[in-house]
Amino acid sequence: MTTTTLSKPGSRPSAPADAGGAAAPYAARIDHVSKSFGRPGAQQHVLDDISIDVAPGEFVCLLGASGCGKSTLLNLVAGLDGPSAGRIETPGGRPALMFQEHALFPWLTAGRNIELALRLRGVPRAERRGEAERLLELVRLKGAYGKRVHELSGGMRQRVAMARALAQDSQLLLMDEPFAALDAITRDVLHDELTRIWRDANGSASGSGGLSVLFVTHNVREAVRLAERVVLLSSRPGRIAREWTVDIPHPRRIEDAAVADLSVEITEQLRGEIRRHGQH
Amino acid sequence: MASTETGTGAEAAGTTDDPADGPAADAATGAPAAESALAGEAPAGKAPATTKPDGAQPDRSGGDLAGLEAGLDALDTKVSDRQPWLRALTAKAVPPLVAVALVLGLWQLAYHFELKDHYLLPSPVDVARSLQDKWLEGTLLDYVWTSVSRGALGFLASVAIGTPLGLLVARVKPVRAAIGPILSGLQSLPSVAWVPAAIIWFGLSDATIYAVVLLGAVPSIANGLVAGVDQISPLYLRAGRTIGARGLTGVRHILLPAALPGYLAGLKQGWAFSWRSLMAAELIVNAADLGTGLGQLLEQGRELQDMSWVLSAILLILIVGIGIELLIFAPLERRVLRSRGLLVKS
Repeated sequence: MTTTTLSKPGSRPSAPADAGGAAAPYAARIDHVSKSFGRPGAQQHVLDDISIDVAPGEFVCLLGASGCGKSTLLNLVAGLDGPSAGRIETPGGRPALMFQEHALFPWLTAGRNIELALRLRGVPRAERRGEAERLLELVRLKGAYGKRVHELSGGMRQRVAMARALAQDSQLLLMDEPFAALDAITRDVLHDELTRIWRDANGSASGSGGLSVLFVTHNVREAVRLAERVVLLSSRPGRIAREWTVDIPHPRRIEDAAVADLSVEITEQLRGEIRRHGQH
Repeated sequence: MASTETGTGAEAAGTTDDPADGPAADAATGAPAAESALAGEAPAGKAPATTKPDGAQPDRSGGDLAGLEAGLDALDTKVSDRQPWLRALTAKAVPPLVAVALVLGLWQLAYHFELKDHYLLPSPVDVARSLQDKWLEGTLLDYVWTSVSRGALGFLASVAIGTPLGLLVARVKPVRAAIGPILSGLQSLPSVAWVPAAIIWFGLSDATIYAVVLLGAVPSIANGLVAGVDQISPLYLRAGRTIGARGLTGVRHILLPAALPGYLAGLKQGWAFSWRSLMAAELIVNAADLGTGLGQLLEQGRELQDMSWVLSAILLILIVGIGIELLIFAPLERRVLRSRGLLVKS
């Protein structure tokens, strides 16, 4: 029996208060999820019995080599595709999703890209401009409202994309290798930026319902630097191989010894997973 | 402080390395194999060499980060320069003017050496005089207007029909399988071939003219939109769906704007087909009560064996076609492409 529970498909998460975000013990529940592609008989199992709970306000990194199905899993959580078996619940409404490509619409300015997300969320016209400006300021792009996408640098585009994702006001932010295409310095800066935004959203000062992040990457250092919990997936089919809790205090740096040490440990494990595939 | 210095220095060196550079680059800079845990050699033993575990670190989440970010943004922002408009205009206008002058010169030479009898090949001046006569009669603008208004009306009707048709073909698989090939095939059918059929259906009337225009223009507009939709990056559709643009909302906010460049190219071609079809129809559908357009003007010139008249009519048809392209479609297309960063200056 295949059960797919996507939180209220088609409904707008415009009223997070009644969405049960505060009551639910998780921002996302991935419950024994499997996914296969292809015709019956010639099926390819991409994900096999994955169960992950993302707590409200938690930052989880999904780590794995190519072919572990981490992007597929994210698509399932985003509701862009349905699981072959198992259930996925996102009580906070439709999750926001960020890709490796900025995916900003080139026919709109940076500000209008954000306003479109606001509009589709149901924010009244009069409030959109101000809210878009506020979100741009949040990602430190105050003057970029009227800029066209092609006029922005790679890092700026990803920050606008982040602002657009935040415009959905979802309690769950899904990120699919969002910084993989950036140069290392820019990526490092955006790590800081994301950490700041995530921590501010969950701080006592913010009145919002908190922000959980499910972040997919193949970069071990990135995972250790950002996450509270790192989940390592094995490949073909993707299964949970191991989990680590990262309790290195913030602010973290990519060059921190603690980050490096844990990265070494995780990398060893990841190599082991990859090696297994060469032994057939 | 020494340890902080080392830390930031190593960070700069380490993060400059692209992960793709691999172990060699990491070894060369002596920095930790930051970012490249997969690509690089085992980073074991490197970490203690460079960074103190619990050394005092500046919290970069404050103004320091903002400054770093502002610096990156400033360095990465492209500076676009615009040519002064006068120079741009000269650069664009001079070559075609020279080409026209050259053609006129050759024509005048051919006339001068009497390659053909003068009644078969009048001089440019004769043609200009013929145009001037019609202008002085006060009928010239009427002819032009009759044709242009027919062309515009036929074109708009074609847009109204071709756009939903194109959307259907692009987005509904069975529709595409059924009429997609026919639609592309129709594009290669010269619309003048429809004229006899249209005359039999509608007689010598406006309906015949519009039928021919529609049959010529609708396929190319629909095909343009189909091509435009096909070229949309799936990423936009995915991004649109995640922010909640589904169904008709998705068509309006994502699909149509994303397909606009291809759609515009289709519209441009659709106009060219409208204008051509209109001229073909006007040439053949000639009746006293129909009003005289440029095609009819051309046909009257032929009946009178007046070559200057014929040539001036051809010239007018050409000028209207080019004029609409230059005044309406070219700026529209340029604007759309430039705003998306798709127009590259060579």
